[in-house]
Amino acid sequence: MAVRPQTDTEGKIVKIINARVLLNHKLTENSYLWFKDSKIIDPQELFFQDHKEPDMVIDAENAIVAPGYLDIQINGAFGIDFADENLPVEDIARNKDVVAKGLLQFGCTSFCPTLVSSAPQVYHKVLPHLRKRLGSVENGAEILGVHIEGPFLNPEKKGAHNEEVLQCAERGMESFDDTYGPALKRDDSIAILTVAPEVKGVLECIPTLAKRGICISMGHSTASVTEAELGVRAGATCITHLFNAMPAFHHRDAGICGLLGSTTLPIPKSQKQHPIPSQSSPSPTNPDPRPFYGLICDGIHVHPNSVRIAYHSHPKGLVLVTDALSSMGLPPGCYHLGDYEVEVNAQNVAYVKGTKTLAGSNITIDRCVQNFRKFTKCSTVEAIEAATLHPAQVLGIEKTKGTLNAGSDADILFLNDDLEIQRVFVRGEEVDLKVN
Amino acid sequence: MRLIIRQDYDEVSSYVAHYVKERVNQFQPTAERPFVLGLPTGSSPIGVYAKLVELHRAGQLSFKHVITFNMDEYVGLPRNHPESYHSFMWNHLFKHVDVNIKNVHILDGNAADLDEECRRFEATIARVGGIELCLGGIGPDGHIAFNEPGSSLTSRTRVKTLAYETIIANARFFEGDVTKVPKLALTVGVATVMDAREVLVVITGAHKSIALAKCIEEGVNHIWTVSAIQMHPKGLIVCDEDATLELHVKTVKYFKSIEHVHQSLIGPHNLGLQGNLLRSMKDTDENVTKRRKLFLGTVLNTDEEPPVSSDDKYVAKKNGNAGWKRKMDS
Repeated sequence: MAVRPQTDTEGKIVKIINARVLLNHKLTENSYLWFKDSKIIDPQELFFQDHKEPDMVIDAENAIVAPGYLDIQINGAFGIDFADENLPVEDIARNKDVVAKGLLQFGCTSFCPTLVSSAPQVYHKVLPHLRKRLGSVENGAEILGVHIEGPFLNPEKKGAHNEEVLQCAERGMESFDDTYGPALKRDDSIAILTVAPEVKGVLECIPTLAKRGICISMGHSTASVTEAELGVRAGATCITHLFNAMPAFHHRDAGICGLLGSTTLPIPKSQKQHPIPSQSSPSPTNPDPRPFYGLICDGIHVHPNSVRIAYHSHPKGLVLVTDALSSMGLPPGCYHLGDYEVEVNAQNVAYVKGTKTLAGSNITIDRCVQNFRKFTKCSTVEAIEAATLHPAQVLGIEKTKGTLNAGSDADILFLNDDLEIQRVFVRGEEVDLKVN
Repeated sequence: MRLIIRQDYDEVSSYVAHYVKERVNQFQPTAERPFVLGLPTGSSPIGVYAKLVELHRAGQLSFKHVITFNMDEYVGLPRNHPESYHSFMWNHLFKHVDVNIKNVHILDGNAADLDEECRRFEATIARVGGIELCLGGIGPDGHIAFNEPGSSLTSRTRVKTLAYETIIANARFFEGDVTKVPKLALTVGVATVMDAREVLVVITGAHKSIALAKCIEEGVNHIWTVSAIQMHPKGLIVCDEDATLELHVKTVKYFKSIEHVHQSLIGPHNLGLQGNLLRSMKDTDENVTKRRKLFLGTVLNTDEEPPVSSDDKYVAKKNGNAGWKRKMDS
């Protein structure tokens, strides 16, 4: 799948004109965006200080110009499963390239390859090949680090995970280090870790893991709202696919979903990795103590009405994820996720073969954004921010990803009014969408 | 001095933008003979700049051979600070048009030697042949640029301490914090502005009405520095109805009647852009239509013909413009 730059922007100062640019939480008509050498630049200093004109002018023809999408939960695509341990090592590297390049056409310019619960040897084998990697037309979308979903999860909420590999942290941090291997101590490897806080030994380890720069996300759990709040106090800053693999919202024991209504969590001292305050925040001026929450917006995993309820209770914490599995991008049929067989039916819904358990989705991130705007009737800006700014904030990288501020990576999308992808730029290089 | 009165902020902005466009285009600037324009900042010219950008986008005005000189800049504020006048000009005008950076001159409030910077600025204006048209605004205290009350009417570009009233007025751009507003600024002098071959001051809003009255109905006075325009051979003030609230009724009627005489009795086809009589008082029919279009442009702020109504009052007469008359009667 050869992908070559559409327009040659290398080394040039590029000015995009006639654009509706998403900047400072609003869309400005008839606006401009400048970038050079993979970064977005502030043209004012270029004008007054360097006296430079643009080398190339791109006419956006009134398209919406938005940051590239980030997908922080994606298990695979195009027939490739990141957690497949049976592949030889060369194939693992090649597969990651196939997915990274293939995601660009959906506007996804950065992602976290996600590993479902697996045996320790899988992590030891696969993790060294899924390190952080910069994006480009040749590399594909940027790899922001791995999202390890398990195996310290609650078997009652295993979803499509293999119960046999789920475990407790009997020996605390040692269990974690032994399961994942040396990658857990590196800073270029793991971005997010999904754990169930009520599982034995997990809660005590959350502070240490968070200190290592890993974002701790809670999911596949039966935690009560009290246990979940303890998880947040310990350092968890995110919820994995809200509503899925957790007890349904109950009015007397709200569980993890209840975190969206929490007012007693401690106010964070710094804004980093916390949602910005909104009308529904406990404090209107301080960072929001409630965690971010991933939400699969395919209309199947979560009913559109539930999406809207969650959104209105905590708008700045919503992060759109695909939780896509290996069948994404391919026609209906039988595919493979971790140790399970999954079946994708004609309606593009994926179930664990022979059951009614949802196995992951086939949705792409651009469709998630379109659905989200349709389900919640939110503004275009809010819909795009749920797939750009908010996931960047989860990982604490909003200075380089998720916005079009000067200094950010030039991951740019041109969208039409229906939020369909027209053009994609990854770190300043344009992607040839026709080839894919 | 001419005083042009229009209905509101929008009409004033359209008139001024149209006027600037016509002036630049009739001048036919080239690289050897560029059009030198003086530009202000503040809330008055924002509408003018927006309309100029529209005209540029419509292909009717190019800034390629236009040299610009800004009137002022804060001292000590970083150039890329969102409230610096560099940022103001970039966001409101320069980023949208094809002006050449080498032709843009804004005082540098961070220069090592501020006096030298002021002298250099004056020298640059002289070097390019002086300012052809200087736009300006007015403060509620009658100041032009930062020439606060008490500034010499013969002053040149220099460092000025800002009046407390000005600092308060500007605090709204610095999160309401008076301590964050710069206290010093570099500004062109009153004489620097009056040295321009034409001066056009934009005055809108009821809060400017006292200043307008003091500046044109009373004497030339260093407390109301815009009053120096009374000594300028080609001064033009464009204001909205609200700004005329403190003027004598007689003054307002006089200037409105001048426009009426120009358009109905002399004829728009015999008048140039600056109110000057053209050489021949008689013109062929097609020239009449052309000039009439020009005049309509200045009054209605558009090049398009107004729709012809069946109502007799609005039918365009050959020697007058019923459209204008409609404004007079309202």
